[in-house]
Amino acid sequence: MNRSDFPMLDQDLIYFDNGATTFKPNTVISSINEYYTKYSANAHRGDYDISYKVDLKYEDVRDKVKDFINAKEKEEIIFTSGTTMSLNLVASAFFEKYLESGDEVLITKTEHASNVLPWFNLANKLGIKISYIDLDSDYHVTIDNVKKAITNKTKVISLAYITNVIGDKRPIKEITKIAHENNIFVVVDAAQAIAHTKIDVQDLDIDFLAFSAHKMYGPTGVGVLYGKKELLDEANPYMLGGGMNESFDNENEVLLKSLPYKFEAGTQNIAGVIGLGAAIDYINNIGIENISVYESKLRDYLINKLEKISFIDIINYEADGAIVSFNVDKIFSQDVAYYLNKYNVCVRAGNHCAKLVKNVTGVTNSVRISLALYNTEEEIDEVVNLLSDYEKIRNEMI
Amino acid sequence: MDDEVKKEIILENYSNPSNYQKIDDGSYEKYNTNNDSCVDNLNFYIKIEDNIIKDLKFEGEACAISKASSSIFTDNVIGKSINDAITYIGEFENMIDQKPYNEDTLKDACCFCDIYKQNNRRNCAYLPYRGLKKYLENYINK
Ligand SMILES: Cc1ncc(COP(=O)(O)O)c(C=O)c1O
Repeated sequence: MNRSDFPMLDQDLIYFDNGATTFKPNTVISSINEYYTKYSANAHRGDYDISYKVDLKYEDVRDKVKDFINAKEKEEIIFTSGTTMSLNLVASAFFEKYLESGDEVLITKTEHASNVLPWFNLANKLGIKISYIDLDSDYHVTIDNVKKAITNKTKVISLAYITNVIGDKRPIKEITKIAHENNIFVVVDAAQAIAHTKIDVQDLDIDFLAFSAHKMYGPTGVGVLYGKKELLDEANPYMLGGGMNESFDNENEVLLKSLPYKFEAGTQNIAGVIGLGAAIDYINNIGIENISVYESKLRDYLINKLEKISFIDIINYEADGAIVSFNVDKIFSQDVAYYLNKYNVCVRAGNHCAKLVKNVTGVTNSVRISLALYNTEEEIDEVVNLLSDYEKIRNEMI
Repeated sequence: MDDEVKKEIILENYSNPSNYQKIDDGSYEKYNTNNDSCVDNLNFYIKIEDNIIKDLKFEGEACAISKASSSIFTDNVIGKSINDAITYIGEFENMIDQKPYNEDTLKDACCFCDIYKQNNRRNCAYLPYRGLKKYLENYINK
């Protein structure tokens, strides 16, 4: 749907790598252009009109994000450079202070590197332990397995809402309930979920949530960390510098600003934040539920067609996200991607930054199709057609 | 070399690679080469005696291009002195960098003469060369 909103789609290509990043609609591009051409000033320097306008626009986006994920207060919305920075910020600013040697962090083997390595880093620094929640035969997280994995040392559960290889959606609401009964914090990596499913941080009772604008039709280099106010209040600053301090005289007298500015040191990605605001408007205009329904239908359509091809091995039949991972018998994923590229089809091959996945699926790498709202059944037909002829793939993969 | 011949050489070396074998033998040394962009991950097993590469085997996960390239590469390198192997690697680098190169030295490896046009595939073809170059640099400095 809405294909004419996306100038990238004027080109002759089929873009099935939306899990990596999405294309941007005209409204997002023009909002950024407008900032650079009409009111290009710094924020929080409101001594003149255009700077004041920047402040209003920038803070207006904070409100939009707050409403989009139904946070209680706008101070709970911190702008970052993306999911990766958000997750590093939580680990360093809050959990490095809070965790002690011997404490346990629960993750899974299907997490993205950005939700693994910050915890490994804390393990090395603090002597905490990283444990893994077992996955079921579909590589999904079940409540029973979460319960089994919790010990009296568990302090954090950090999970993707939707994973980037399997595309499964975790039962976050049930998980936060059990976690909170056991005084465990829940961190949610929403990078793959934010453009595909409604997220209500209060209803789900999430402690920290991270996502990137560029995977939700917004610009690169900007993202969000949501945290419950009382937790963010306790966290240390992550970076220090202009914009985040109230006053300072000497090393013993530095007064920090309050939330959210405590975490927004230095000139921020103002154009990016404004673009994120336009992306949220864009999604809201269509309705995230409508996007969700449309993408599910599209995924079912794709799965139904792919499973009829005898030499294609689908890794994730069941998934709530818009992701299908598969392999072509005896052909390396990279070669399949290379073959499709000859027909202007963009898919991702490899391990998708989830290098622990191989330990559970036994598959080190795969071809991944990840869909977005502008993809169509016709595009799927074309790609399935290209994938139906084994000899053609073999002949044209080099 | 015409395109059909090149393609045939690549497909043949991919389907039936030479020297594709995992070795568990103390007289060989193992080194690993991998390629970030392409998830290729190959182990090489090398035996050097009196400065001659007596044997070279490889095994692991790789795309068609790096597997075919490793097959041709091992065929070409086995029996060469360390110096000749370094010269051979240099010729391959010349080829993919679009500099003049010696076809007689490269033999079947000439099938990759157009690979510079595709940056990601270029890394795949170069993978075995990069690996041995690094290994030999360490070996000489030991
Ligand atoms: C599940 C998941 N987490 C985290 C990230 C990292 O996002 P970013 O690169 O925008 O920081 C990604 C992106 O691929 C992802 O899919």
